Amino acid sequence: MRGYITRRVLATIPVLLVVAVFVFLLLRLTPGDPAAIIAGDTATDAQIAAIRHNLGLDQPIVVQFALWVGQLLHGNLGTSILSGKTVASLIADRAPPTIWLATITMVLTIVVAVPMGVLAAWRHKTWVDHLIMSLSVLGFSVPVFVIGYLLIGLFAVDLHWFPVQGYTPPSQDFWAFLQKMILPAITLASIYVALIARMTRASLLDVLGEDYVRTARAKGIAERKVLFRHALRNAAIPVMTVIGTGFALLISGVVVTESVFNIPGLGRLTVDAIFSRDYPTIQALILLTSGIYIAVNLLIDLSYTLLDPRIRY
Amino acid sequence: MASETTPIRARLRLPTHLLRPGGGGFGMVPMIASVVLALIVLAALFAPFITLHDPVQMSPAQRLKPPSAGFPLGTDAYGRDLMARVIYGARVSLIIGIGASICSVVIGLAIGLVSGFFRYADAVVMRIMDGLMAMPSVLLAIAIVSLVGPSIWTVMFAITIPEIPRVVRLVRSIVLAARDEPYVEAAIAAGTSLPRILWRHLMPNTFAPLSVQATYVCASAILTEAILSFLGAGVSTETPTWGNIMAEGRMYFLIKPELIFWPGLALSLCILSINLIGDAARDILDPRMARRKE
Amino acid sequence: MTSHSSPSVWMASIGAAVLSSVVAFGSPARAETTITAVMESGVRVTDPILTTAHITRDFAYMIYDTLLGMNSKFEVEPQMASVKISDDKLTYTFTLRDGLKWHDGSDVKPDDCVASLERWMKRDSGGQLIHDDMASLKVTGDKTFALTLKKPFAPALQILAKPSSLVPFMMPKKVAETPADQPIKGFDGSGPFKVVDFKPGVKVVFEKFKDYKPAPGKADWFAGGKVADVDKVVWETMPDSQTAINALMSGEIDFYQTPSYDLLPVLQANPELTVKVMDKTGSQFIGRMNFLYPPFNNKKLRQAALAAFDQKDFLDAAVGHPEYFQKCGATMGCGTPYGFADGSETLTHGGDMAKAKKLLKEGGYDGTPIVILQPTDNASITTQPLVAAQLLRKAGFKVKLEPMDWQSVVIRRASKAKPSEGGWNMFFTGWEIPEINTPLNNPMLNARGDQAWFGWPKDEKFEGLRKEFMDASDEAGRKAAAEKIQSYAMDDVLFVPLGQYTSPWAWSNKLSGIPDTPFPVFWGVSKKD
Repeated sequence: MRGYITRRVLATIPVLLVVAVFVFLLLRLTPGDPAAIIAGDTATDAQIAAIRHNLGLDQPIVVQFALWVGQLLHGNLGTSILSGKTVASLIADRAPPTIWLATITMVLTIVVAVPMGVLAAWRHKTWVDHLIMSLSVLGFSVPVFVIGYLLIGLFAVDLHWFPVQGYTPPSQDFWAFLQKMILPAITLASIYVALIARMTRASLLDVLGEDYVRTARAKGIAERKVLFRHALRNAAIPVMTVIGTGFALLISGVVVTESVFNIPGLGRLTVDAIFSRDYPTIQALILLTSGIYIAVNLLIDLSYTLLDPRIRY
Repeated sequence: MASETTPIRARLRLPTHLLRPGGGGFGMVPMIASVVLALIVLAALFAPFITLHDPVQMSPAQRLKPPSAGFPLGTDAYGRDLMARVIYGARVSLIIGIGASICSVVIGLAIGLVSGFFRYADAVVMRIMDGLMAMPSVLLAIAIVSLVGPSIWTVMFAITIPEIPRVVRLVRSIVLAARDEPYVEAAIAAGTSLPRILWRHLMPNTFAPLSVQATYVCASAILTEAILSFLGAGVSTETPTWGNIMAEGRMYFLIKPELIFWPGLALSLCILSINLIGDAARDILDPRMARRKE
Repeated sequence: MTSHSSPSVWMASIGAAVLSSVVAFGSPARAETTITAVMESGVRVTDPILTTAHITRDFAYMIYDTLLGMNSKFEVEPQMASVKISDDKLTYTFTLRDGLKWHDGSDVKPDDCVASLERWMKRDSGGQLIHDDMASLKVTGDKTFALTLKKPFAPALQILAKPSSLVPFMMPKKVAETPADQPIKGFDGSGPFKVVDFKPGVKVVFEKFKDYKPAPGKADWFAGGKVADVDKVVWETMPDSQTAINALMSGEIDFYQTPSYDLLPVLQANPELTVKVMDKTGSQFIGRMNFLYPPFNNKKLRQAALAAFDQKDFLDAAVGHPEYFQKCGATMGCGTPYGFADGSETLTHGGDMAKAKKLLKEGGYDGTPIVILQPTDNASITTQPLVAAQLLRKAGFKVKLEPMDWQSVVIRRASKAKPSEGGWNMFFTGWEIPEINTPLNNPMLNARGDQAWFGWPKDEKFEGLRKEFMDASDEAGRKAAAEKIQSYAMDDVLFVPLGQYTSPWAWSNKLSGIPDTPFPVFWGVSKKD
């Protein structure tokens, strides 16, 4: 078991390397020049060239890559070209809003989606099932920002129930924090609820068709007991997988949601960095998100062994 | 209580059998979805014949006008006909959706076949695919579009890249399962040429799951295009897409919500239809799903 | 540090930092006045000598002070220092006002100012002109320093007092000694506000600088006493204009610099908001052509394009509401001392398509497509490329629009590559009038080839006219030279002025005393609860 875990962890290194090389090449082989952005409107060529030199952008790509990887290995994520702050401090600054948003969204999603999925599977082929499934398809057919605008228009501008935008750290004012988080979390959850409800339903239906469930039913065990004791436990595995792969979806939703609700999180940081060609920041952020994605999926893989007694390594 | 719920159930039972997804063959819902999608495709194909104006012709004097006989859905901030833009927008959005799904399926199929069949290529290819998959797709797409420069083709390319690994994994898993089948082993033993094995024996297995996958890629590509436009990394508004009409129109949400509503409705209907058709196709093609129908 | 332990080291360091900021308790709320404002964009680069970005300049006016200030009549007044000019007009002696302090509490010294001016002269085009004629710049006493020139240079004070980028902001010596092409560190200034929190691209929190001693007199633009009336000013960045409008209407923010013209009726209908144009001078849209490549290396074809343009089309599309724009063919802006409009008749009177077509033929246009850079995310200049494309096509040009985000335009326009290989033929932008109101500060009125602004025109004759302006001994002489420059610039189509416009700001009625400066400043503004 320990050997297996070690192997799996080591296997993530080449994947991270692929990400690093890909991002680096994408940034350096396409036209674009952070120096011109820093220099501004009235810059001359010589001024731009001087700034470029100071940033080390006139060195060969291989050298730049080696310098960057060397920095990473020394625990240094680099320094933002534009603001001069360290990327680590930028991330530390911008991570809390995103972590809170993602956490609240996840809790909201699981609280809503799993019961929806169970209900749909339990009432399979009834109007309940069809209604839940139709709603869930709708959930990922409408762009996130449209949902966000509709919620703002209705609940913030017309009804004044919630603030329009912004972020307050929970430590500063917990009530304000909660009020400002509710609409963005609902917006972001809309896609995610759809996905997880569908998956819960599908895997429950799979499990309900298994022999041991049929046996249990045949033995006359109460339907609710069958559902919760046998079926749901086994259905948890595919649902976990979706939570893992859905993480990517969550990130794309986060980028848009943060823009619509003006939440100063990592998603906006990345988009801003891309538009302003802040190479060190883009590199570090994409590497970091990829790393988290890999870690989440690894943890989920490993947790199978705990959830499913049939899987043994 | 029971007596109160009964009539509601009864009333709701009426459309229930119509809503049944793939209950017996192709159900009502996928049927409606197909009709909607067909209408959208037809509108896109015959856009020049069913619109009253050129979608890019600006007339500053006609800015932000309410619907009228001349402009059935009103005009946008440049005095362009919103209806013409939404209809022409279908073209580009569909091209991007279909283009991205064809490209990702074709490229993914090729890589997946090779990866599944040749063990020595597999390790390397799959690490690269894992890497691509680990990168957040929307961020990757924004980066590609912003760095390379936006056009329909870059947007399509940027949406395709992150989809490829999913197709590769799917194809690879099918090939891995199939290559141990007796008929494939027999073909190898009989000295059948490699391309022939791949082409004749392995590839057909992938068609059903790939066509399902393609519909989902198509839907997600259209949605991603809208998100890219929203974030400022989309196609120029000289070429209307549902995404960039909404992105441009969102500034006027308070005074003219139609600019988001109509393209948003078209986009949502289109994606909804594609997803429902994909669901139905999966139900029909996936034998495991067939069992659930019992 | 061993390499294999390192990834965990940085993960741990990020983790710790995240944890601390999640858990940390903020300071309890005190009874203080805070203005929350949404400016035109987010502050990212903070060095006002390194970049000409407007937002960086606006930011710098909050925290730094200037030696001299310009008032609303474009006159120079003392600010940090008074100045005495010697009879031979060669020596400018500056005497610092009493009680000036840096935010860290130390006194402002003449050597700080000398170092700041020296760094600025390396970067600013006006500063370079002074530097070219400079004999010495040195400290002459406890409170005084002197700038000595080799020959009289009349515009020197105007340049030192200009409120347009790059502004000669005063910084402590140790900061000002940073090489001119490297960004400065920290925010230590001597202005009315100091920075207490800076999150790049997200927000800046300014706090009233308690030890600031305002200059005597009432504030008038950048001259007079800059009195901070509120405890805090917070600049929030909102990437989505829709969000900003909603936030203003729900009272979550107090000030919004860039409401879209079309949404003004919505804001005006709200009794709790004021919508007003404070900056009467306004800004100018311009189009700039690339002089290095066909077709616009050909004067006839530049003229053809000029003839095809009608300012009204551009202004209708970009602004749309006549009360906020005026047609103006002056390369140095209408309503300024040098605001001549010679040679711009077709531009402001409906264009002349027939002339455009004729010039196109005479110029021998060979069908090379014109590559126009089109920003997609900058609301104020996203329309010009579309209008230009339509008019140029009508005249017979082939046009290729290249859409991209604004930052990409900024990068791309610096490229001297062929238009078909990553270069460009034409792009559009906007300038505040004080940035272009003389032949010395107007970046587009400069034809020194590689030394010139993007587009790189090279024209000795034009540079001769500029010299005439610089060497003129009196205002009448400068005016005469400026008029010649205007005619020449229009005839040669150094750039195309596309009309002047004003931008209303919107703010909550809780605020009072918003100054009529060309861009928002927050001294003199008070807030009631």
